[in-house]
Amino acid sequence: MTIAGYRIPPLASLILWAIVWEIVGRLGLVFLFPPLSHVVMELGQVVGSTTFLNAAIMTVKCFVIGIALSIAVGVLLGLLMGRVDAADKLLGMWVNLFVSAPLSALVPVIMILFGMGESTIIVTVFLFAVWIIALDTRAGVRDMPPSLLAMAKSFGASRWQVLTKIVFFAALPEILAGIRLGVIRGVKGVVIGQLLVSIIGLGELFEVYSRNFLMEEFWALTLIVFAFALGAAELIAMLERKIDFYAGVRHA
Amino acid sequence: MVLFCLAWEVAGRIPINVAFPPFSDVVAAFGRMVADGSLPSAFLITLQPLVIGLVVATVIGIVMGVGMGLRDELEWAGVPVFVVMQAAPMAALIPLITYVYGIGLTAKVLAVVILALPVIALNGYKAVRNVSPSLRAMCRSFLGNRRQEIFKIVLPDASPMIFAGLRLGISAGFVGVVLAELLITPTGIGDLITYHRSIADYAEMYAVIATIILFSAVTVGLLERVEIALFRPEKKEHSA
Amino acid sequence: MTAAVRMLRETTKSDTAQPIVEVRHISKRYGSSVEALRDINLTFPTGQLTSLLGPSGCGKTTLLKIIAGLLEPTGGEVVVKGKTVTGPGPERAFVFQDFALMPWASVLRNAAFGLELQGIDKKKREETARHYINQVGLSGFENRYPHELSGGMRQRVGLARALAVNADVLLLDEPFSAVDEQNRRKFQEDLLRLREVERKTLIFVTHSIEEAVYLSDRIVLLSPRPGRVSEIIEPHVDRSGPPDLIRRNPAYLDTVEEIWHGLRDYAD
Repeated sequence: MTIAGYRIPPLASLILWAIVWEIVGRLGLVFLFPPLSHVVMELGQVVGSTTFLNAAIMTVKCFVIGIALSIAVGVLLGLLMGRVDAADKLLGMWVNLFVSAPLSALVPVIMILFGMGESTIIVTVFLFAVWIIALDTRAGVRDMPPSLLAMAKSFGASRWQVLTKIVFFAALPEILAGIRLGVIRGVKGVVIGQLLVSIIGLGELFEVYSRNFLMEEFWALTLIVFAFALGAAELIAMLERKIDFYAGVRHA
Repeated sequence: MVLFCLAWEVAGRIPINVAFPPFSDVVAAFGRMVADGSLPSAFLITLQPLVIGLVVATVIGIVMGVGMGLRDELEWAGVPVFVVMQAAPMAALIPLITYVYGIGLTAKVLAVVILALPVIALNGYKAVRNVSPSLRAMCRSFLGNRRQEIFKIVLPDASPMIFAGLRLGISAGFVGVVLAELLITPTGIGDLITYHRSIADYAEMYAVIATIILFSAVTVGLLERVEIALFRPEKKEHSA
Repeated sequence: MTAAVRMLRETTKSDTAQPIVEVRHISKRYGSSVEALRDINLTFPTGQLTSLLGPSGCGKTTLLKIIAGLLEPTGGEVVVKGKTVTGPGPERAFVFQDFALMPWASVLRNAAFGLELQGIDKKKREETARHYINQVGLSGFENRYPHELSGGMRQRVGLARALAVNADVLLLDEPFSAVDEQNRRKFQEDLLRLREVERKTLIFVTHSIEEAVYLSDRIVLLSPRPGRVSEIIEPHVDRSGPPDLIRRNPAYLDTVEEIWHGLRDYAD
């Protein structure tokens, strides 16, 4: 938006909303919202506590393992579905079902099968993230220009070379887009998983804070989690922009 | 599909885990729960906050999304907020909602709304932004006024993406309602899951979960049908 | 009928023809660095087909959109029928390069859309639209949807829509560039026939030399970066014979050759 000829960056509106939050908090209108400044001050307290540190380490660990697994499986699954019609017919329906299914309903099952510990969280992250990665990878493989494949074959590329030198790179923009969405879903998974298990990690902290009406601590924790989610997604987005030049060319 | 059920049956019979019943047991459990009425009544309870929440999220989401697409100042103020809301794990707020609004219907409706609203609003916004500039120029060159441009060009051209947002919103709404019922108060589907888990009726629990997942998929698929039937004449009449 | 029509055309072709569109000192800049058009002065006589021809980047589409009122010039003015252009108007109708058809609407509704926007009642506007759908050779396709038509047929719908609003001036922005070669030729022939019947003033943007010479009474050559008028050519091609004969007419071939020599310096 521009006011009086000056362009105001879009993110500046978040500052405006932060001020609104502060005012609402100071007026004490809604019990839900303590003033933002109090929350920010509480941030230091929360981050410094050992319970938070332990919870954060555990959360990040589960998240990274879960995402790594889902990227490996998702990309392979997507490549398979994109290149082999039989696999696509067999798996397509299930991937499409799970990509939009309320997977949080599955968490109780995971809890029974994998116990109340870290493995449950890892599996939750994996289940939340893997389907969208597979689906986007498949879309990338399917969308690639057939002339590129024909070119590789006409120059005598082997099946393996076609896969690693052509298909993978042609689908890379979609793969990265899928991974970015997967990361966002994975963060949701790690939070939902911990909330439902509720005796470990951040889930326990959320539970403690909200049960004891520690609103400032609660919001501080929420801000940290939000920042982590956005930061992780932004990291992938940066990678995406690096290869944007040919993604743009291809879709033109 | 058949293959999947067979694989499940075999895996259940081996058995991999005590908590992993064979497929046939789950189907039988499903039959039992439909017969004794516990599953249908649970669904009715679950659907109430879901439907209310989705209607609220749809109306607010589409109005805000289209508004942000059409007006620069709304875009400036709104889009970053919704982007944050969509990328962030909003589920973290559900415990908070519970402790503020209690364990009643309001809290569950709110849970559905906060999860479904961002994706509906953002899709509405993107849909309006992606409306073909040449169609808008066409409308202006044939002397269409602002109102006509919005209702005859922008909204119809944006509707496929708005509907895509609605489908995503519905599945997010299902997540919200299930989470709310698991986290807030065990009612409806959430209660059935928690109850059967606590007494180790694993077959029943799987049946409930499979039903809710299938139900959400069917709802989303149904919306697609409705969309084509009502709004996409060009897809309906001549193409198969 | 054709004899009478041709006689009328002869008279309008004389030097006394009133300009219906005047372009006065038009310039257009994008931002501070890109100069798309510099001081364009042109008149478009009533009833004639004038082509704006030039290599890509010469601003011919920009000029057409300024005449249409879809773009604002940085300087100068466009006068249509004595009135300065401030936006789109009922005396001008636009035909779009990418057709700009509504994919959700049938051929009939697309063709009637200009009238729909004017608030003309459904029965009346559909009657008019049917007439022009017939005129452009699409009768029988009224209830089809754009995605079921070929590029050429889609542009015929675009043309029917522009004819239906009964404007005096038709502005055509590279209307055949997304149409395949055979259909383009057929369409060009139909366009020549249609303008005898409809008696419109046509302003036609194209990058095809052959197309411009084949269709135009006058050809305005634009040079690129910034766009300026470099030459105005009147082909004087006798179009009374069958289309194939026109394309072998020495006047036609010579004019094509002449323009090509003028333009080849701009080829990349």
